[in-house]
Amino acid sequence: MIVEIGHYALVLALAVAMVQTVLPLWGVTSRDAALMSTARPAAFASFVLVALSYAALTWAYVTSDFSVLNVASNSHSAKPLMYRISGVWANHEGSMLLWVSILVLFAALVAARAKDMPLRLHAAVLGVQGSITAAFLLFVLVASNPFERLLPAPVEGRGLNPILQDPGLAIHPPLLYVGYVGFSIAFSFAVGALIHGRIDAVWARFVRPWTLLAWIFLTIGIAMGSYWAYYELGWGGWWFWDPVENASLMPWLAGTALLHSTLVMEKRDALKVWTILLSILTFSLSLMGAFLVRSGVLTSVHTFATDPERGRFILAILTVFIGGGFGLFAWRAALLKQGGLFAPVSREGALVINNLLLAAITAAVFIGTLYPLALEALDGSKISVGPPFFEATVLPLGIPLLLLIPFGQSLAWKRGDLLGVAQRLAAAVGISVLITIAIFAWTRGGPVAAPLGIGLGAWLILGSLTDIVARSTRGGAKASLILRRAAGIPLAAWGSAIAHAGVGISVIGIAATAWGTERIAQVRPGDMLDAGPYQVRLERTFVRNGPDFRETVASFVILSEGKPVGLIEPGKRVFMAQTMPTSEAGLMTAGLGQVYASLSEFEPDGSVGVRLYWKPLVTLIWIGAIVMGLGGLLSMLDRRARVAAPARAVQGAKAVRA
Amino acid sequence: MTRKQKRLAVIGGMGAVLALAAGLVLFSLSDSIVFFYGPTEVVEKGVTPGTRLRIGGLVVDGSVKRSEGNAVGFRVTDGNREIAVSYRGLLPDLFREGQGVVAEGVLEPGGSFRADSVLAKHDENYMPKEVADTLKKQGQWQGDAGGQAKGGAAK
Repeated sequence: MIVEIGHYALVLALAVAMVQTVLPLWGVTSRDAALMSTARPAAFASFVLVALSYAALTWAYVTSDFSVLNVASNSHSAKPLMYRISGVWANHEGSMLLWVSILVLFAALVAARAKDMPLRLHAAVLGVQGSITAAFLLFVLVASNPFERLLPAPVEGRGLNPILQDPGLAIHPPLLYVGYVGFSIAFSFAVGALIHGRIDAVWARFVRPWTLLAWIFLTIGIAMGSYWAYYELGWGGWWFWDPVENASLMPWLAGTALLHSTLVMEKRDALKVWTILLSILTFSLSLMGAFLVRSGVLTSVHTFATDPERGRFILAILTVFIGGGFGLFAWRAALLKQGGLFAPVSREGALVINNLLLAAITAAVFIGTLYPLALEALDGSKISVGPPFFEATVLPLGIPLLLLIPFGQSLAWKRGDLLGVAQRLAAAVGISVLITIAIFAWTRGGPVAAPLGIGLGAWLILGSLTDIVARSTRGGAKASLILRRAAGIPLAAWGSAIAHAGVGISVIGIAATAWGTERIAQVRPGDMLDAGPYQVRLERTFVRNGPDFRETVASFVILSEGKPVGLIEPGKRVFMAQTMPTSEAGLMTAGLGQVYASLSEFEPDGSVGVRLYWKPLVTLIWIGAIVMGLGGLLSMLDRRARVAAPARAVQGAKAVRA
Repeated sequence: MTRKQKRLAVIGGMGAVLALAAGLVLFSLSDSIVFFYGPTEVVEKGVTPGTRLRIGGLVVDGSVKRSEGNAVGFRVTDGNREIAVSYRGLLPDLFREGQGVVAEGVLEPGGSFRADSVLAKHDENYMPKEVADTLKKQGQWQGDAGGQAKGGAAK
């Protein structure tokens, strides 16, 4: 019964989403306020309906209702509760329902904040968002219905792919989806503005918090996905330039560019056409990501659901929205009044360079990801474009971008003073160069890239924080005064400094991988292996039972100068519901580095094949991403306060001064 | 600088960055793409030894030989021809005799293949797409695993 209610709610939501598309957009073109004001209640209604439907599917999973085909194929009664809940989105149908849920959630959030927005803009935005929702709801109902019944109901489910049964993976798709789908709001804003015919600094101020929110989730989602691939796939790598990874990287790159170009638009009323184009592009890349992953046109280590029929449906959605978005852009962009030109040496000039390089990197990743597909479609030859291509294109474009970040951040709007900036950053440059030289001397004979990369990371961190330090110490060196001044710096300035420092932290983590070691060996109990500064000894191998699996474990003791400092237990798991074994890596975090072991076969003679890594500073890669997200959050809090209540912000400023 | 010169400088700068990016992409593409062939194609196309390749097919039953230090040898077939593969390292969990596999590496003068990476897929129902296409080309394809995944729910 509950399942039928869920299904019915979904059908109703489709009807509501169609209303939410047609009436408000009609109202926008005919300037009818009554029609336009239908957008808000419609957005709330479709949110409630889809949420109901999502709750019904979750209920079916939690109670292990195997009369639902989707539950029977993807769940198992022995599965822990957490994985039953995450099981809802760990399969194609459920994940598309999650996708739609996030679409309507964002629409409802925009609707909730509609009071601050001009009625025409908000009706246009919700109307466009409604059309995206309707398209995906139609897709869910027609091509991937999660509520399909299965009669007779089987006694037991077929389990979840065991490699997907992992806390990292359980929360990774929702984060990514909030990121992907969050950019739909930027798209709706852009298309809404094109329909509406007006775009100005206010538009940029409205769209920026949503873009930031999506970007934060996408950043964290990509980082979590990378960490999952790192410890679950057992290959020790953290980024494979795999098509599915690239599919999430491209919207991230375009979204990062969008964040920066909305800043220019907000402050200087320039780059309007480009920002609109970028909004459409970013969501198009998100949609393309969904298409690439879902259609099975790519072979990837991450693809777990493939079905060409659905791929074609998503391709149709893709064509309509991307084609429609760009078509409308071509038709209406001329209406948008261009902002004035500006000096090349200025904050906005630096942001243009940022956008140029980010767009070029996006294009390079795009070509590398899609060229094999295009070539196969053209002449049938199968090629793969691997890491060498991406390293050769992304690094030469990315490194100048990173080097320029602190300069851009320190330049003033309108007319920057390059000499003054150079003076202010001299200390950061000096310290970074000293750090690089010191590390060179200390690790002589080692890889050259590592000290250079760490120098770059240090430059990013120091250069980003220079401005904050200068502003807080301007009044003198008294601690209380510094603190008060630091508290008075707008959150947005803190946000950008912290986010850019986060980039630096990640760069250091990436650079340090060059110092890592890898050993592949066949070991017996008692054998010792070296892993960087540690020694690792195999103690014993044994079998143990988990909640729904059996695991053969190799227990290694980690020694530092002869003293045991830790224990890692990599293993091979066989899940009850399925027969395939999966490897579980053993990890010990030591400081910021990690000792990492994964197993191959247990041989009959009692030995076991092991791949052992020492990865210094590796955790910084993901810590940096979290810091980036934190910076984004700070920036978002600041802007939101300003958008929502200018009056309150004035009062707040007074309070700080008092 | 006049307004016009400024504009020219900006446009020139942008053009330079885009040209650089285009150059990088083209240069790297010509340098780092790797072709995928089935065993029959490797023979028929007369691939020169030393070329970097990805090959794929099914692991021949009984062909897997392990020796000291994680060295492994096995044969890959597309039902028509076979190719010997040598590899040093850990094999993926799903590497099995009779299962689909994709290997990347270099063709050696004797016609055997020295792999530096071996991939098998996560899902027990799932066949690497390249391998499925290779088998189809050789007429060795037996049904779609996808249908089985859906219908097998009552098992």
